[in-house]
Amino acid sequence: MLIEKKVPLTGYCRLTFRAPRIAEMAEPGQFVMVYMPPEHKYMLPRPFSVHLADRNNGTVTLLFEVKGTGTGLMAEALEGSTWKIAGPLGRGFMALPPNALLVAGGIGIAPLAFLAASTELPRTLLFGGRTAEQLACLAGDLALPNLSIVEVTEDGSRGQKGLVTNYLPDLLPSAKALFACGPSSMLTIIKELCLQEKVQAWFSLEERMACGIGACVGCAVQTSEGYKRVCFDGPVFAAEEVLFNEQG
Amino acid sequence: MNRVDPDLRVNLAGIELSTPVLAASGPFGYGHEYLERIDSSALGAVIVKGISTEPWAGNPPPRLAETPAGLLNSIGLQNPGLQAFLAEDLPRLKNYSPKLIVNVVGKTVEEYAKVAAALKQSEGVDGLELNISCPNLKAGGMAFGTCPEATFEVVSLVRKVTDLPLLIKLSPNVTDITVIARAAEEAGADGLSLVNTLSGMAIDIESKKPLLGNTFGGLSGPAIMPVALKMVWQAAGAVNIPLLGMGGITSAEDAIQFMLAGASAVALGTGLFYDPELPQQVQEGLVHYMSAHKLTNIGQLVGLARR
Repeated sequence: MLIEKKVPLTGYCRLTFRAPRIAEMAEPGQFVMVYMPPEHKYMLPRPFSVHLADRNNGTVTLLFEVKGTGTGLMAEALEGSTWKIAGPLGRGFMALPPNALLVAGGIGIAPLAFLAASTELPRTLLFGGRTAEQLACLAGDLALPNLSIVEVTEDGSRGQKGLVTNYLPDLLPSAKALFACGPSSMLTIIKELCLQEKVQAWFSLEERMACGIGACVGCAVQTSEGYKRVCFDGPVFAAEEVLFNEQG
Repeated sequence: MNRVDPDLRVNLAGIELSTPVLAASGPFGYGHEYLERIDSSALGAVIVKGISTEPWAGNPPPRLAETPAGLLNSIGLQNPGLQAFLAEDLPRLKNYSPKLIVNVVGKTVEEYAKVAAALKQSEGVDGLELNISCPNLKAGGMAFGTCPEATFEVVSLVRKVTDLPLLIKLSPNVTDITVIARAAEEAGADGLSLVNTLSGMAIDIESKKPLLGNTFGGLSGPAIMPVALKMVWQAAGAVNIPLLGMGGITSAEDAIQFMLAGASAVALGTGLFYDPELPQQVQEGLVHYMSAHKLTNIGQLVGLARR
């Protein structure tokens, strides 16, 4: 059941569902499939990374950009409405080591907020967005102990100016491992930098899905070992195995 | 008064099924992905994804695009190949109640025959479905299923190497389905599965590029059901072997239409994505319909609309 809806900024939506079993089992990086309401039965379920899982309250929060018909329907949902949600699905992140570097591009913060909240070890989040408004809207769940945040905006209206990848060379040498989610243009550069600096990196990827459980092979990603399934072999992959240039 | 549950058992092309509802090849993967998660008691059989002699890589992503009441896919029959299927997937399918039908694909007639011959020796395989209708292959696949002579050739050769019940999966991307259906029957097919996906495409108007990495894909889902239904009706008038109807079924009412048109059983594909519990729903709806219409045996439903 949907218990809370927030629209932190036009075009974004944050939904909290009562889902005790998923809240109990979910690990950072895993995702859920949200089924569309019965009156829209000819639509596929939509995959979303778990943004927050509150075991004590039995709630799961999703944070997403409203981009198409499915997310549009979800953004119109009323508090108190019932939704069918399958999960948790896929393979998530490994446990964070001390001094991990988390890198989020825009809505890529969704799985990384859950990862950041999974420990109180010292860790750094490099968080980039287009504008101060967008960054502020996505940063609502990041008040966490021992988390240092470096903010970057493309227009310089909040934090540093530019792209997260401009500031990565300063932060990489002290990073024990890197965990990232964001546009593939960002991940492509991060992969190169991490290979150069020999920092182990993991990426959370997204792709359109149909089944969400590894059956249909629709969500393929090109890797050094051939096509893999984002939903089942991922969504978290070791950076070195993901081949971005062949994804068109 | 005693109410007796209607008898849903059906013999499809020599395969005894407890219920006429199957999982279609493709969406259902290699079977175990769903079977480990859902109640499969309402499935008579599952048809696993196409298996080829060697592993196939599949098509470049994106492989999926949603359209109104439909789904385009261009997976390209990615599969681990015959040996990996036998070693890794088949053993995981042993403990489930649905019968197992293996979809067979190839680029040449000989490749189809090689896979079919190997599966004959494999315990746990109840039947074969020859895929001569995949729109996502440059060679093989639909190239066979759109030409009656090629259909006859590949079905005859496979018929020679296996005694297993043999279904032939037909393409809707043809001028006259009855010609292909008859060619398959004459070559020794035990039954026909119809239809595979309709060839189609979609374009992203922002990037101004096709949505699928392969440009073209196969359209499935409710959008294609009237087309599929018509082809089942036509095939039912052209051949005397049983038909497995499929194409956009998302309810018991849809399944009943296919059976009234002449299908002995039906398969669910894209509808399973919308609702993994669809098999139960269809089975319950069939039972309810048969009771309401005073039918005691599911076979009585087959082709009723044609009389």
